[in-house]
Amino acid sequence: MKQITARIAWSLGLILAVIVMCFTLIHLAPGDVAIVIAGDSGAGDPEVIAEIREDLGLDQPFVVQLGGYVGDVAQGDLGTSYRFNEPVTDLITTRLWPTFLLVGTAVSFAIVLGVLVGVFTARRPENPISHGVTVFSLTGYSMPVFWTGLMLVIMFASNVRWFPVSGMRDVRLDGNWLEEWIDIAHHLVLPSITLGVIYLAQYSRLSRASMLEVLQSDYVRTARAKGLAERRVVYKHALRNAVIPVVTVAGLQFGQMLSGALLVETVFNWPGLGRLASDSVFQRDAPVLLGILICSASLVVIINILTDLVYRLIDPRIRVGGAS
Amino acid sequence: MTAVSPEQGDLGPPGRQALRLFVRNKAAVFGALLLTAIVFMTLFGSFFYDQDPSRIIARPLQGPGEGDAPALGTDYLGRDVLAGVVNGGSTSLTVALVAVLLVIVIGVTIGAISGYYGGWIDVAFMRFTELFQVLPALLFAMVIVALFSPSTRSVAIAIGLASWPQTARLTRAEFLRLKNLEFVKAARAIGASDFRIIWQVIFPNALPPLIVSITLIMGAAILFESGLAFLGLGDPQSQSWGLMIGLSRQTFLNGWWTVTFPGLAIFATVLSFSLIGDGLQDAFNPKLRGR
Repeated sequence: MKQITARIAWSLGLILAVIVMCFTLIHLAPGDVAIVIAGDSGAGDPEVIAEIREDLGLDQPFVVQLGGYVGDVAQGDLGTSYRFNEPVTDLITTRLWPTFLLVGTAVSFAIVLGVLVGVFTARRPENPISHGVTVFSLTGYSMPVFWTGLMLVIMFASNVRWFPVSGMRDVRLDGNWLEEWIDIAHHLVLPSITLGVIYLAQYSRLSRASMLEVLQSDYVRTARAKGLAERRVVYKHALRNAVIPVVTVAGLQFGQMLSGALLVETVFNWPGLGRLASDSVFQRDAPVLLGILICSASLVVIINILTDLVYRLIDPRIRVGGAS
Repeated sequence: MTAVSPEQGDLGPPGRQALRLFVRNKAAVFGALLLTAIVFMTLFGSFFYDQDPSRIIARPLQGPGEGDAPALGTDYLGRDVLAGVVNGGSTSLTVALVAVLLVIVIGVTIGAISGYYGGWIDVAFMRFTELFQVLPALLFAMVIVALFSPSTRSVAIAIGLASWPQTARLTRAEFLRLKNLEFVKAARAIGASDFRIIWQVIFPNALPPLIVSITLIMGAAILFESGLAFLGLGDPQSQSWGLMIGLSRQTFLNGWWTVTFPGLAIFATVLSFSLIGDGLQDAFNPKLRGR
């Protein structure tokens, strides 16, 4: 318990450091936002620019701006978007769940299928399927994720029209909640496979390696010696330990997955955080970018803590030993 | 760093043994040949296929073999896709190389000092590293590139800045493992300076896992560059596979060849690095084979 409290305290400090670093970075960037905004509304005269600068607080000294920003963030206020003229917090929260849906589906797909494939190949290494899986696991993470997405669209949304090309909902649909969910699930298939394939490749390889190791351990030999059915030995006794590295790696890769989701969302026009980020980059919408950086860094920190907890749940030795 | 690659014969017997194991590994040799072919194509391809990739040469969106189209068809403006593929590697490979050099300089230095000295230096450096690890790399790089205007240089720097933590951690772990071994104690006993112990005694022994990791990071950096270029965050004047795909995004349903071939080129390049990395891993550490 004490350990966890310390971790949470440290995590808060880490997030504060992220805020300071990103804020400074964006402040250092060349170019004046006020001129960009003024230029877009067609008024380039110095008075308007000065007014905009005052509105945004850009005329204040840097430390004052930073302090004000940190104070606002602490109250859940990430500022106002230059472009949408909406609170950044609202923009992010509405786009958060599509990203969660996408990443969550992709990871679940990758873990479940990856572990099954890993167990299969560990038990039957000479099976032709296992050789195929080895090749796939090497090629899987060498493919650029946006390209995989486009290829899947060409194959399954254009040649045969099984799945929609892009978006999250069919705007023409007018049905009850169940039909809406089916529609979303239908739109979700290609994006989540695209994102999941990279991790499927990694997890099948990882769980194969850990399964091979676990199957050679003493307690598995004991279980077999007791005369337990092989099926029970593998799925009841060995699997539990073989899954641990996969879950740990998946948890630690969450940040990387957000990066992947950014590209996948762009390919499929998925209305998530990544789309918001890539749109805001071209509009130099600093408050939104800063908000997304802080929000995703916080998510990564939270997921890391949760992974640690899950890890302790699956593997009781860590709880007893207390070593982490 | 790159001077001590296992391909060179001047390493001691362990190096020669690793080389022998590497050469016997079919997948690794295939990767090395593939990479050689890609580098050759990037450097000398334009001598053999002399076509300006930015010139409009035929009707737009003609598939391979249709009408007067070149071998791999034309894109949405009528430019030659094959010429783009032949010339597109230079940006990707240059950016990846510069980014990886940056990763090595920052990552190895921080990791070595952190692991060797330990104590508060280690704590401070590792917390600093963690700061970069919680930021999603692509997002972070994207913001840097966009704010400091997209150019080959800013892309390389952004990728380097977003990718070094992994190398720092690996170097630190190796230094922690090695620093209390006999040979390091011996070096200390004869009065070698810290600088000398770090770079001439411990560092060469930390090289094998670092070389494997750097090879894989090279592949990741190419994926990274192509992703940024795909999003439109690259030098707009440059030739890049990712940029070709990004520009064809609106029209790819009318011409699969405009995105398929540049993508295959990225895939082949990254795959070659994965295969080489895997081969090196097996060669340096034969016990882990097949894992």
